[in-house]
Amino acid sequence: MSKWAAPTGVSLADCAQARLRGRYRAERRFRYCGIAAICLALGMLGVLFATILAQGLPVLTQTQIGLDVAFAPGILDPDGTGEAETLARADYRKLARNALRTVIPEASGRRDKRALAKMLSIGAEEELRDAVLADPTLVGQTKRIWLTAGADFDALNKGTIARTGAESDRRLSDKQIAWFDALDANGQVRRAFNSRFFTAGDSREPELAGVLGAVVGTLYALAITLLLAFPLGVMAAVYLEEFAPKNRWTGIVEVNINNLAAVPSIVFGLLGLAVFLNFFGLPRSAPLVGGMVLALMTLPTIIIAARASLKAVPPSIREAALGIGASPMQTVTHHVLPLAMPGILTGTIIGMARALGETAPLLMIGMVAFIADIPSRVTDPASVLPVQVFLWADAPERAFAERTAAAILVLLTVLVAMNLSAVILRKKFERRW
Amino acid sequence: MLAKIAGVAFLALVGASGVAEAREQIRIVGSSTVFPFATTVAERFGRKTRFKTPVVESTGTGGGLKLFCAGVGERYPDIANASRRIKQSEFETCKNNGVTVVEVKIGFDGIVLANAKSGPDLALTMRQIFQALAKQVPVAGKLVDNPYKQWRDIDPSLPAIKIEVLGPPPTSGTRDAFVELAMEGGAKTFEMLRALSKTDKAAFTKIAHTIREDNAFIPAGENENLLVKKLQGNPDAVGIFGFSFLDNNGDVIKGARVDGVAPTFENIAAGDYGVSRSLFFYVKKEHVGVIPGIADYIAEFTSEQAWDEEGYLSEKGLIPLSAEDRKSVAAGARSLAPLVLVSEQGP
Repeated sequence: MSKWAAPTGVSLADCAQARLRGRYRAERRFRYCGIAAICLALGMLGVLFATILAQGLPVLTQTQIGLDVAFAPGILDPDGTGEAETLARADYRKLARNALRTVIPEASGRRDKRALAKMLSIGAEEELRDAVLADPTLVGQTKRIWLTAGADFDALNKGTIARTGAESDRRLSDKQIAWFDALDANGQVRRAFNSRFFTAGDSREPELAGVLGAVVGTLYALAITLLLAFPLGVMAAVYLEEFAPKNRWTGIVEVNINNLAAVPSIVFGLLGLAVFLNFFGLPRSAPLVGGMVLALMTLPTIIIAARASLKAVPPSIREAALGIGASPMQTVTHHVLPLAMPGILTGTIIGMARALGETAPLLMIGMVAFIADIPSRVTDPASVLPVQVFLWADAPERAFAERTAAAILVLLTVLVAMNLSAVILRKKFERRW
Repeated sequence: MLAKIAGVAFLALVGASGVAEAREQIRIVGSSTVFPFATTVAERFGRKTRFKTPVVESTGTGGGLKLFCAGVGERYPDIANASRRIKQSEFETCKNNGVTVVEVKIGFDGIVLANAKSGPDLALTMRQIFQALAKQVPVAGKLVDNPYKQWRDIDPSLPAIKIEVLGPPPTSGTRDAFVELAMEGGAKTFEMLRALSKTDKAAFTKIAHTIREDNAFIPAGENENLLVKKLQGNPDAVGIFGFSFLDNNGDVIKGARVDGVAPTFENIAAGDYGVSRSLFFYVKKEHVGVIPGIADYIAEFTSEQAWDEEGYLSEKGLIPLSAEDRKSVAAGARSLAPLVLVSEQGP
């Protein structure tokens, strides 16, 4: 009791006031600490986003060079047949190079010509071919066509590689820069929206590389994951939560499910390699197998989330249903499961979001690979977005750095969309008791 | 109900795709050093021909050859890239599994030591590299734990900065090649170690291959772009990596001379630069004609417009063989002459 005794000469009320102020101060300090922690986390996130955005956004535009291409019949269609077959196989490289040489005639010599040819991407040939095939009347005309520039010139235009310094250390020589500047002054250089990034598969040339192959691969793999993991996970959770007797065996199963949720993902990749590829002989690099491996990885997460939300449905619902004569199965399918569904869906989407970011298990089943074609079936070889990020981050060409950042942005967009749908589903169907 | 629908949908998806159909595209596995070159050829091949673009996996040389040699059949890869020659043991595995190996040597890769543009110019010898990085070095005729802290401690002509080398981890083929070429080369300049290499090869290898562990050498992960960034941030540090990264980043880093030779395209191609290795790919002869396009892929890779001094692979940093070698290798590759590995123990 002496602890609470007021010192002589000070009233009890004053003393209490002082202590009260102290407690308020402690309270405020505690809150400021919390706010500071949140600000720090948000600040770091902001810095991360800002750097990725700053690096990735230049990918949205692509430097193009406008050339007055003479669609010479002598090159395109020497016999004058006008057949699409002949036009498709013509030498468009020659066409592009001739057009370049007309604007920059001073490039003679073998070396100069090669240096000049680098101004256009190897994709320019296909652009010319597509232009001719779309409009065969071009043959014999001269028309300004905008062609994709080579990666180094694109970087020069965007100011990401050096213009000065010793010539031998630069990607582009003084001559090449002078040619490009001359074209630029002539209005023959522009930056257009880079639609190829969203419509093409992987490529070794940065200016031709796109994310579509990886996006399609991701969607296939996640679809397989969802189709496998969701029904299996929900059924397992319903049985364990609603029907299984509580004994030692279910106890062991429960512990093991919790353990599985913590197993490093590479282990699932090894399992996939041993079982799906070596035993069942499924194809390597296929999103089908990727989805199956990711489903194994997501399954424990879904089971745990589903069990938690089944547990959260009040027993009175079950008792009422059973009381009016519903069978246990009817109770579950008509009442308990629908009420638990928002929670289960949230858990599933969180599990899927984790699967979306995985590369380690896919390494073992051959999905970490250069795959240029866009997959059209789940058994076609495909990579996924995080793998694409990983591969581009490792490429020596400088222009892949910005593509890496842009691919990260695409990945984050998919991730945010998935998490957003989780929030919306929960808000829409959530019931509180 | 939901489960049933999902199950049916899944079966439909898998059924429609036809799991057990023949493979249409070439599958390539192997070295991460050869990966940029193989993918470049694969892409051009896919654009140029009616075949599908080959799928190239970067598994590392050892992992790739393991997959490659596992057997014949469409489950196994058709081609393996390698940043070193196939080993006798791997060759035996291949043979036992019925695989006939065709070797194609594609060129060279230099391993460079480089530092930031703002750092000092370095001119090293292999001896100095060994002294800077080995765990144990000979000092006054005796092997002692590496006493050198600064480059100047090794040789007064070197700058007075701390020895700090960022290099690839032990799992990397670049590291293997660096250790074999630069460290062994440096070790052999010491008379006592040279004598040892003749009497007790294993003991010599252990000394020459063991890199110090006192923070002078920092294993920096496989991502060489990150390494370039780290060098820019720390002008005193030196990095070890493949020539293509120096070639692509010549405006921010510079290569050290080794034994007086600068790591340039010309010097490596001419064989003057000491720390360079050969690159290969291996073709499974049994698959040629079964998996469509393999012969055409070999033809594309060994065409002059791909691999000569001015070919598109040289723009990616591949250092070509001499014109004569190219001719003979291309002829051998196109006739699919099987590799005969006499013995690993060379001269």
